[in-house]
Amino acid sequence: MKTINKVNRRDFLKTGAAGAAGLTLTFALPGRLAAQAGAPVAKLNGYVHIGADDNITFMLTKSEMGQGPLTALSQILADELDCDWKKIRTQIAGVDPKLYGPLQGTFGSLSVRTSWQPLRAAGASAREMLIQAAAQKWGVDKSQCRAENGAIINTSSNARLTYGSVAEAAAKLPVPTTPALKDPKQFRYIGKSVKRLDTSLKVNGTAVFGIDAKVPGMLYAVVAKCPVFGGKVISFDDSKTKTVPGVKQVVQISSGVAVVADNTWNAMEGRRALKVTWDEGPVAKWSTPGIRQMFMDLAAKPGAEARKIGDADAALSGASKKIEAVYEAPYLSHAPMEPMNCTAHVRADGCDVWAATQIQTAARGKAAEITGLPPEKVEIHTLFLGGGFGRRGGDDFVADAVETSKAIGAPVKLTWSREDDMQHDLYRPASYTKFAGALDSDGWPVAFTSRVVCPSFAGLQKGVDRAAVEGIADLVYSIPNVHVDYHVGEPGIPTTYWRSVGYSQNTFFTESFIDEMAHAGGKDPLEFRRRLLANNKRALTVLELAADKAGWGKPLPSGRARGISVVNNIGSFNAQVAEVSIEKGKLKVHRVVCAVDCGQNINPAITEQQIQSGIVYGLSAALKGEITIDRGRVKQANFNEYDPLRMDEMPVVEVYIVPSQANPGGIGEASTPTAAPAVANALFALTGKRLRKLPMRSQDLA
Amino acid sequence: MAQIKFNVNGKPQSVDVSPAMPLLWVLRDTLGMTGTKFGCGMALCGACTVHLNGQAIRSCITPVSSVAGKSVTTIEGLSADSTHAVQRAWVENDVPQCGYCQSGQIMAAAGLLAKNSKPTDADIDEVMKGNLCRCGTYQSIRKAIHRASEILTASNGAANKGGVA
Repeated sequence: MKTINKVNRRDFLKTGAAGAAGLTLTFALPGRLAAQAGAPVAKLNGYVHIGADDNITFMLTKSEMGQGPLTALSQILADELDCDWKKIRTQIAGVDPKLYGPLQGTFGSLSVRTSWQPLRAAGASAREMLIQAAAQKWGVDKSQCRAENGAIINTSSNARLTYGSVAEAAAKLPVPTTPALKDPKQFRYIGKSVKRLDTSLKVNGTAVFGIDAKVPGMLYAVVAKCPVFGGKVISFDDSKTKTVPGVKQVVQISSGVAVVADNTWNAMEGRRALKVTWDEGPVAKWSTPGIRQMFMDLAAKPGAEARKIGDADAALSGASKKIEAVYEAPYLSHAPMEPMNCTAHVRADGCDVWAATQIQTAARGKAAEITGLPPEKVEIHTLFLGGGFGRRGGDDFVADAVETSKAIGAPVKLTWSREDDMQHDLYRPASYTKFAGALDSDGWPVAFTSRVVCPSFAGLQKGVDRAAVEGIADLVYSIPNVHVDYHVGEPGIPTTYWRSVGYSQNTFFTESFIDEMAHAGGKDPLEFRRRLLANNKRALTVLELAADKAGWGKPLPSGRARGISVVNNIGSFNAQVAEVSIEKGKLKVHRVVCAVDCGQNINPAITEQQIQSGIVYGLSAALKGEITIDRGRVKQANFNEYDPLRMDEMPVVEVYIVPSQANPGGIGEASTPTAAPAVANALFALTGKRLRKLPMRSQDLA
Repeated sequence: MAQIKFNVNGKPQSVDVSPAMPLLWVLRDTLGMTGTKFGCGMALCGACTVHLNGQAIRSCITPVSSVAGKSVTTIEGLSADSTHAVQRAWVENDVPQCGYCQSGQIMAAAGLLAKNSKPTDADIDEVMKGNLCRCGTYQSIRKAIHRASEILTASNGAANKGGVA
């Protein structure tokens, strides 16, 4: 067996590049099976299919939206299977609860965390079956056989059988219940910066995203939706729409009025000519100032208890120093680069759905509900996702396409414009959160309290939405008296998970307020945190590593300052140090240093990409992101009004990974929460001004 | 509706569409070339970037009538086999994450390097700030553009040497 040190980086660059050429993303046409070209294929289990031609098909059950499961999960499987990396092919799996469980989807930075054991077992189990089949063919005991790079070796005769030559026999053997997993020292692919399998498709236009689906006879559609959330169609006048060249049909669906044409542009032109009378419904009474006032009124009263340690009220009243602050965050749109879209073909006997979806089970359920078909008659074809960030867990865009196809009796590609996408998102909720902290006479904390007011988007348990209070209620610091409570503040704006979920705003609040407590106690923000993390080794390690790499405490050019933050989310830990300045009245982030511990690392290069990615996503929100509501409508419509970070605003980002063999943590959402507080804390260090409301704009510092 | 003729990736095309229809939708829906992406429809994000007679443009706001008789290059035609210096540099650096904006990023970078084979960071900012990436691949893009510049310089150097020999 090859060992790690025999496989050098250059080998990986070569095999990685070759592997990419073998990537096959199947794209089944309605009513037909995916083409099984060439050799017969043996299914050893739900994840491993091996062809007589030695090609190995890995059934991918996670959505590829840039975060890298296509590559990382292939690494895990290939390692335990001990196969040739160049022989790996990928097929995106359809929905199959028997094989893949009751909820097939990609969310919560869980892909590696939930696939780690099952995929290792699937690879190891297939390997054992292949060894057993070869042993039977040779008439020897399996202890005389070992697997190596896609073949079984007979150790006494040195005979060799490829996986493909014994796969059919192996598939008939009983599946081992407890296959022996590799010793991590033997990993060949896990922990290596294997090149991404999807790169070659993404540099020449051949990667097929949801919006690129093509079905014979397909029409194109857009939907006119009520600008106010929850509004309904009263009536519509399509007389002018029907005179637009290319417009075929206008049909009412549950989310509005769909205009169907021979191409997307003509459908958009048809929609421009459409007149719809709306019943705007009750959400029309809400605008951002009123929502904020409602939050403030709720914050005046005690809420449902989310966390209690000791007696925070008593500690606060008896403290030698007490500080209080209010923090606020706005609604945010996900704004993935690929606007929502879906292609559907509803027939009497079945339904095909081509979608960039994060939750296949929900998409299938929605299509079954609309068509009245049993779920088994709905085929979900997952294509590449042009960004997800939580948005594509929704089934609203799937519903639009399935309803429209059902109404017109033809396959249809339904595309949301950017304006539709931004104004009909399921938003990161706004939040209004109060804090109080108490310090002893030496300036160390004795109490921490918080009252969170935020819409509920993940369900209530005893009055508390855990997702709305995460990042506060699970305070990473040891403080003897803690009290956190929560109010649902709900104006009816649709909300959902947004990259890093509750941590996206709450870590900004907590890490800023902890910084306030440090300064109030006359302590260096790093030293303050170190003491409070003395019992949390992993958090302390990333904190100290980030501080060290950033040169914490060392002189900076004049006009610059540093800020620090730390978080424990999605099973991982990271700390960031941001370096900022204000040049000609404009806030600039120069450098962000991030140290991360995500347990066993599968692919360090992808981890680094994800950390960078999460920081950019976090900085976009921290410096620029704000969705405001006007009479129940979202005011921002396109990137001129909701502008993410751009190339000229990009800081230098440095990533340091703590080596670990702990169970893998998540990575896709790890670094988003820590970006904003690192910047806010640096701005305080620079200006003495504490920014407690997102986004942080240059004019707020004037 | 009108018959409009132009070249795409070296091949003559003739389409019968509304003259106001943006080139983006003609490429994607009429010609079935989906490598060029729809992002905003207002020239704010750069996902739809293609070359028109060698210049990078935003196809989402370019009426197809305005490209009559001209040559369009899309990501599918930047090179026959992904060997354009920018594509090579992108592969070397594994730049794409979700990849949706990358056709536009690559076409914008190729447009920049065609005019300025050794761009500074400031030159890169000036051109590439028009192309949004929600995955935040900017640092990799910057590195890959510098690398593409090296590849171009090396191949130009080799070509010049070959000429002399």
